[in-house]
Amino acid sequence: MTSGTLQLNGVTKSYGSRRVLDDISFPVRAGQLTGFVGGNGAGKTTTMRILLGLLVADGGSVTLGGSELTGDIRRQFGYMPEERGLYPKMKVLEQVVYFARLHGFSKADATAKATALLGELGLEERLNDNIETLSLGNQQRAQIAASLVHEPEVLILDEPFSGLDPIAVETVAGVLQERASRGVSVLFSSHQLDVVERLCDDLVIIAGGTIRAAGARDELRERYSAPRWELSGTGDVGWLRDEPGITVVDFEGGSAVFDADDPAIAQRVLRRALQDGDVSRFGPQHPTLAQIFKEVIQ
Amino acid sequence: MNASPAAVSSAQGIWLVAERELSTKLRSKAYLISTGILLLIVLAGVIWAGVSSANPSSTPVAATAATASALEDLGGYDVTEVGDRDAAADLVESGEVDAAVVDDASSATGIVIIADEEAPQGLLMALSVTPEVELLSPDAAPGPLRYLLGIAFGLVFMMAAMMFGTPIATSVVEEKQTRVIEILLSSIPARVLLAGKVIGNTILAISQILLLVAVGTVGLIVTGQTEILAGLGGPVVWFAVFFLFGFILLAAMFAAAGSMVSRQEDVGATMTPVMYLTMIPYFLVIFFGDNPVVMTVLSYVPFSAPVGMPIRLFFNEAEWWEPLLSLVIMLVACVIVIALGAKIYENSLLKMGARVKFREALRG
Repeated sequence: MTSGTLQLNGVTKSYGSRRVLDDISFPVRAGQLTGFVGGNGAGKTTTMRILLGLLVADGGSVTLGGSELTGDIRRQFGYMPEERGLYPKMKVLEQVVYFARLHGFSKADATAKATALLGELGLEERLNDNIETLSLGNQQRAQIAASLVHEPEVLILDEPFSGLDPIAVETVAGVLQERASRGVSVLFSSHQLDVVERLCDDLVIIAGGTIRAAGARDELRERYSAPRWELSGTGDVGWLRDEPGITVVDFEGGSAVFDADDPAIAQRVLRRALQDGDVSRFGPQHPTLAQIFKEVIQ
Repeated sequence: MNASPAAVSSAQGIWLVAERELSTKLRSKAYLISTGILLLIVLAGVIWAGVSSANPSSTPVAATAATASALEDLGGYDVTEVGDRDAAADLVESGEVDAAVVDDASSATGIVIIADEEAPQGLLMALSVTPEVELLSPDAAPGPLRYLLGIAFGLVFMMAAMMFGTPIATSVVEEKQTRVIEILLSSIPARVLLAGKVIGNTILAISQILLLVAVGTVGLIVTGQTEILAGLGGPVVWFAVFFLFGFILLAAMFAAAGSMVSRQEDVGATMTPVMYLTMIPYFLVIFFGDNPVVMTVLSYVPFSAPVGMPIRLFFNEAEWWEPLLSLVIMLVACVIVIALGAKIYENSLLKMGARVKFREALRG
């Protein structure tokens, strides 16, 4: 079975004269959750469809573990499309079994796997209900089951968390993390930046058909953190305004957020602050994903 | 990590899709009920035909001793023997018999027919001597059987095409509308999906037709109408063969028509041309059933061959090789249409929203 890093190399795609993907390259590492973030129309769904082979790229390549993807390998990927949909009049279990069998499982294996997975997703009591009778959140769980049931090595999920309540988000997140810990490469898109930030090891930010940032979450945070520090203490920090090499961003009583030209200057500020009183908090401030996102897509 | 098994082969994939089509259909109440009604209609028709041919209505007629035996020899008359002319007249007057045939020495023919208000034509004809007639071109006028057969084959083909073709189109749209199509296509190639759908629905159509034929045949045998069976046997077998390929042809077209729209509301527009193709043979065969040139052409055109060829075979108008040639044409048409249908299908499946234009669907 092929596994390893799923790598996009210079993938391009145009619809007529409109270029929707321009030289897209990023890795989806095995055993990691990779978050795919971008505005509406940025090119996320198109990228995912190309990975699945539902669309053909105009240029570039996609490799898995170093070798070019073939149709047969792609068909073993797990996929959850952006637009949800299952057969409304089929029973939950039957439907998931059907998808497992389309991926080559025997009827018995498919049934066993589907039953276990639907249980894991909290649908054990709805196995024999028609999809159309389920609530939207439960339909979403069934949809996730359909993409996971054949135990794919590569999992591509378009907005898996949209429309889920917080409890369901946790359930699904748990299932995805468990798959990643078993070595599956997971790529998912989401507009819920806080969820992405919490779950993902790697981040890819796309805008206007180009990759604006890609890499490990912590690395990106480092890279995009302005030389920004925060300081809180008992003393008044009004003197910061006059300090050379310092730009105060935010200021309130005993606490301040400031940019320092140089880490040494920040340390000097700390020493000065300690002379005035106790310091309860001091350190470099890491940007949130939302901040990084705003910064890189501009 | 549990390795997943190798991808399904095309054959397995096709069968899985076909199996889903079958099981979904066989569980639908609407389908089962409509099949049941159809079977009842066929059964009722056969039994009605059997009962009416087994008991041909016999006309009650009164006769005197001299004429009774002659009437009984004619058959079809329920003869009541009476003593004399007055007794016969009484029976006619009371309405107990439709007419009376009595011997009368004064009549030129030796008998007199007594009726109430008008002369009984059937009885007159039966007792008359008609001169020999020689027709110069006896086959020119189409018999009613020709129309009946045309209507029967045409109706079965058209009804089956609509009953089983339309659901193919709507089930393709359903997959597009519910977006389940994206998951399907990420698992199996579009051609496998198309083939599975066509095969699944063809199996349904053929088995329903076979069921109807079986019920009809058993009905005919039970009611003793075996002569009809003997004459129809060959053409019906040919009809079945042509029907099989004709249906595959239409099924591929219905699937392609369905794939071009994204909503059930729009499917009518792309399905209409296919509908016409299923109706045209029916009407042409009825309107031009007596035109040998048109019929010959119809028996070779793939869409009308399933109706046209069996009729020509029934009347022994076709050489032995003609159905074979027509079948070859049909097979070639099948291959071409399936290839085109598959192309439209593949190119249109993921295009959501507005109706996909025909040219765009072909180009991809």
